[in-house]
Formats: sequence, structure tokens, C-alpha cells
Amino acid sequence: MSNDDILLQVEDLTTSFRIDEQFYPANDHINLDVYENEIVAIVGESGCGKSAFGHSIMGMHHQEQTKISGKIHFKGADLLSYSNTQLNKVRGKEISMIFQDPLTALNPLMIVGKQIEEGMKYHTKLSKNKRKQKAIEILNEVKIPQPERVYSQYPHELSGGMRQRIVIAIAIACEPSLIIADEPTTALDVTIQARIIDLLKELKRRMKTSIILITHDLGVVSEMADRIAVMYAGEFVEIGEVKRFLKNPLHPYSKSLLYSLPSKNNQGEKLHVIKGVVPSLNHLQRQGCRFKPRMNGTDDSIHEETPTLREVEKGHWVRCTCYKHFQIENSHQVVEEEKDDVFQGQ
Amino acid sequence: MWKFVVRRILIMIPQLVVLSILVFILAKVMPGDALSGLVETPGVDSSTIEDMRTTLGINDPVHVQYLNWIKGLSQGDLGTSYIHQRPVLELLEARLWNTVYLSAAILFLTYLIAIPLGITAGRFHDSLIDKLIVGYNYITYATPLFIFALLMLFVFGFQLQWFPTGGSADINLEPGTFSYYMDKIYHLLLPALSGALLATVGTIQYLRNEIIDTKMKDFIKTAKSKGVPEAKIYSHHILRNSFLPIAAFLGYEITGLITGSIFLESIFSYPGIGQLFLQSISQRDFSVVTALVMVTGVATLIGTLLSDIILSLVDPRIRVE
Repeated sequence: MSNDDILLQVEDLTTSFRIDEQFYPANDHINLDVYENEIVAIVGESGCGKSAFGHSIMGMHHQEQTKISGKIHFKGADLLSYSNTQLNKVRGKEISMIFQDPLTALNPLMIVGKQIEEGMKYHTKLSKNKRKQKAIEILNEVKIPQPERVYSQYPHELSGGMRQRIVIAIAIACEPSLIIADEPTTALDVTIQARIIDLLKELKRRMKTSIILITHDLGVVSEMADRIAVMYAGEFVEIGEVKRFLKNPLHPYSKSLLYSLPSKNNQGEKLHVIKGVVPSLNHLQRQGCRFKPRMNGTDDSIHEETPTLREVEKGHWVRCTCYKHFQIENSHQVVEEEKDDVFQGQ
Repeated sequence: MWKFVVRRILIMIPQLVVLSILVFILAKVMPGDALSGLVETPGVDSSTIEDMRTTLGINDPVHVQYLNWIKGLSQGDLGTSYIHQRPVLELLEARLWNTVYLSAAILFLTYLIAIPLGITAGRFHDSLIDKLIVGYNYITYATPLFIFALLMLFVFGFQLQWFPTGGSADINLEPGTFSYYMDKIYHLLLPALSGALLATVGTIQYLRNEIIDTKMKDFIKTAKSKGVPEAKIYSHHILRNSFLPIAAFLGYEITGLITGSIFLESIFSYPGIGQLFLQSISQRDFSVVTALVMVTGVATLIGTLLSDIILSLVDPRIRVE
């Protein structure tokens, strides 16, 4: 991957939300490159700022409640300098979004066909008939049976999995070059999840789209993503290729996440528990290593005073030096080759 | 769709039967009848009154009276007014239409005022304009209609003399002519406006809250992520969803207006059923009272039927296969 392939470059992005008349950063000076035709997974617990990041890219935040600074380079332009009207030309056409809950992401009073067409109305010059034709084609593409019939059905007449396919159809309607998938499988049951994942992979292959996959499901990550970025308390703590990351996670937070999942390596043992919870925005200690309060019995000297993201091997970045001293307690080291298989079906 | 409407109408039949029994029982348990007032009248002895009772059927067993009443009802015979000595139907006809006109005018003006205000308040919520509209809502909610209507009548009818102070039309005008209808509308305006200004509260508050609620919904985010301009998000996604409860309330609103016009009609001396209702109660003219209660009851049923039909038209989730 060379610099020419960079599709989206997030530089020093800080997104702050207003809580009681004060602004607190939910994303704190974060940097991330997304290359063309790749899937980057962003993982972390709830409240880490994953969704906030996805929403920032598309300018989806409430303007009065949010402050954003930094740069988001996309196809030679800085999206943060765009007005809302300019952004409307990018939203749906260049960058689109897949939402978590297919039950609420669709307008209950509009037939699904019209909802798929709606984006085309503003981004293309297609006639009404052509748009309908295209919408039916897209329904076909997301593998909806009897697309002509489903075109004029209302969301409540469809099952959850079908609705998620409609949500995906809306996202790909104008063939965007980047799709932000915000927990696309969280609200679905496991069998449907697998099919949606396959569909997304296939679409990505065919349309050469990049996907930012926001999830907390490492199983989904191992199946889909090329690279992974682990987010904790508004910062990336580790960025790397998925295969290498799963074999050899470095940052204590990444390790803890992985070892808190059941796998054949910790069979019969208690699962690892990360103590405490992600601190809320207005209670977060912003000095030093942010994960320190949740680590067991480590002394302060192993942490950096101002931790930065450092490249430890090519393409593998880690924040803070504490990773060198961290061991998961009562746990076997997981270094087996079949690490990939371990997460299948989770 | 038609199946749904037919089924909904069929459900109304048992409702009507229960309604008629209730109305009849209420009329019977009220003390006295149209002839009780005559007992003390000199020159009328009690046996004459008893004879009159027998001829009028008041002495028959209750179930016979009820069946007779129902038989009459089904043939469009609402009985005879003891006081006016005229068929109740005849009495009702002219007044019922006046009430219907007044209610329609109130409804029209209510929506004319409430919908723009509700949309504005919802779209710019927490702004100054929203606070003004909500303030107006609190004031109108707290204002009793009978005081407000009197005030309106005093200011615009008597002081400024912009509007007539009573009646439904000028008696010198030929019914059916253009100027007659214009005059009817002119007579309607002040009572309708008084009613409408206070009736807006529900619609404004509902619409405002629905819009604020819908704005936060996930499918609005979906629309935004498609690149739909804000104005279109309002017209295509937010408004239609926010109008659902308003549509649902339309039917009940109609019922409320027909019964609620009692105050307005008395204050503006407007010859509608409300005024007739008050008169008939004080004169114990029960055949008129029961007929009126029956009519408003039926209006309520039709109102809810309308609500259901309208709602099923705008909300695909309600449509029953």
C-alpha cells in the first residue's frame, strides 16, 4: 500500500460533545488512513468513541452540541471545511452509512423502494423510471428475493435480516467509494449475521469500495477486516493488520479484549475480565495512559507520561510503552497458528 | 382496505345498541317527566295528568317503552317534544346543521392556526419563537372558554361592532341566495374564532412534540446520510410521521366540537343543538334530551370510525388484511 492509495486521511481529529455547557472530547486527536478497497475495523467497548468517529467523517453530529477540529482529507478535499450543503453532495454519493438497527433505520411510512431511490434523486439525473429500475437492480444485488414485489413493500412487512439488506441497499445505491458500517450485524441473530457479512464482503469485492467497520465483535473483524484499529477512551491504542493483530496483540487493552472471549485456548478456564468500565466523557482522566486505571497491579513507571502511537513494526502501531510489561493473568499464551479459525462463528 | 372499513362499521352495531340502552336508562332514572311541572297547576287535576301519561306511554313497562323508542328510532322517528308539541326530528334538523357548520368552521380555523405554529415550534424548538408559541399554548390551555367567548363577544361584538352578536343569519335575507350564505359565514366567524383560538392547544403541543421526537429517530439519520437536504427531510420524512397522532385525533376532535359547542352557542345565542340541549334539560323535555344524547353518541362513534379510517390511510402498519 502506497500513499497514492489513500482514500481517506483523518488527521488530528478531535470531536467534542457538550455536557452541561462544557465540551468534552469523545475523539481526542486521532489519526487514521483508510486505503482504497480495504476494510478497516474499529473496535472497542461501548462508549469508546467509535460511532462518534464514524459520524464525524460524514458530519452527522448535531452542530450546536458538537465541536470538531482537525482535518478529514477525502479525494483531495477537507470535509471538515465543507458546509452542510456541500456535505450533502458527498453524503450518500461518495460516503454512505449502514446503521445498526434495521428496525428503526427505515422510515415506517415509505415503501422501501422509494427509500432506496431517494439518494439517487439528489445525486444523479436519472428519470423516475430509470431510478425504479436501478432500485430493483440493487435489491437484486443485496439478494432480496422477488425484488419487484419487495420494492413496494413497507419496512414492517419485512423481516429483520431483509430490512438490514434494505439498509445496505440504501448505502450502496449511488456506488459510494467509502461505506461506514456502524455495527451492521449487532441487532441481528447469528445465522443472519453470517449472511450479512458475506454480502458485505461480496459487495466490497465487486464494487471496490472501502469500508470502515465499526463493531465490538472480534469474530466479525476476523472474518471481514483487513486492518484493525482498537479504540479506547477516544484514542486509538493499536492499529495493525488483522491477521498479525489476532496472533500477536500488543496493547494491554487489545490483549484484554481478546482474552475475554471464549476460545479453544482458554477452554475450562474463567474468562478474562477487564475491571471497571469505560469512564464517561466528563470523568475521564486525560493525563498519561488512559487504560492505566483498569490494569491490575502494574506500577506507574511502565507507562509513558505522554503516550503516543508508535510504529513498532511495519504497519503495526501501539500507544504507550506499558505493553512491554503486560501479561494476562492465569491465561495461556495464545500463539497458535489457527488463531483465525478461533473466532469463526462468534 | 374496504374489508377493514366494512368490518369497522359492523363493530359499530353492538356499540349502538349499548349506547341506546345507556341513554334510555339515564333518561328514565332522572326524576320527573314532562308532566311533573303541571301537578301544581290550578285547573289540572291529577287524574287528567295520569290519563295523559297513559296516552303518552309513560306508564308502560320499561322494556316496552324501550322497544317502542327503538322502533321509532329505526324509522327516523325521534319522538315528539312535549314542550314544543313538534316532532323532535324537525326541531333537530335546522339546529343540527348550524352546529355542524360551526364545528366545521372551528375545526378549519383550529388547523389553520395550529399546524403552522406546531411545525414552527417543533422545527425550531427551544428557540425564542418556540417559547412564544408554547407560552401561547399555556395561556389558551388555562383560559376557560365561557370567559374567553364572553370577552370576544364584548370586545368585537359590542364595543368594536365588527361582528353580529347573535343568531345564525339575518332574518330578512332569502334563504338559498348568495348573500344569505355570506351572512351565515359572517355570523359564524366570531364564535368559530373564539372556539378555535382555544382549541389549538392540543394540536400544537402534539405536533411540536412529535416533530421533536421524530427528529431524533434513526431513519432521519438514514435520510441525512443519503444526502437529502434538510428541507426535504422535513417534508418527506418528519412531517408525515408527526401528523399520525393529529390524524388519529381528528375524529375525536369532531366529537368534542359537537358537544363542546354548548357554551359557545349559548353565549353567542347561536341556534344550534347545544342551545337546544340546555333548554330541553331545564324544561325536562326528555324526548329531545334523549334524542340529542343519542345524536352526540352516534357522532362520537362516527368520529372514532373516521379516526380509524384516516389513520389506516396514512399509516400502512394499521391496515388490517
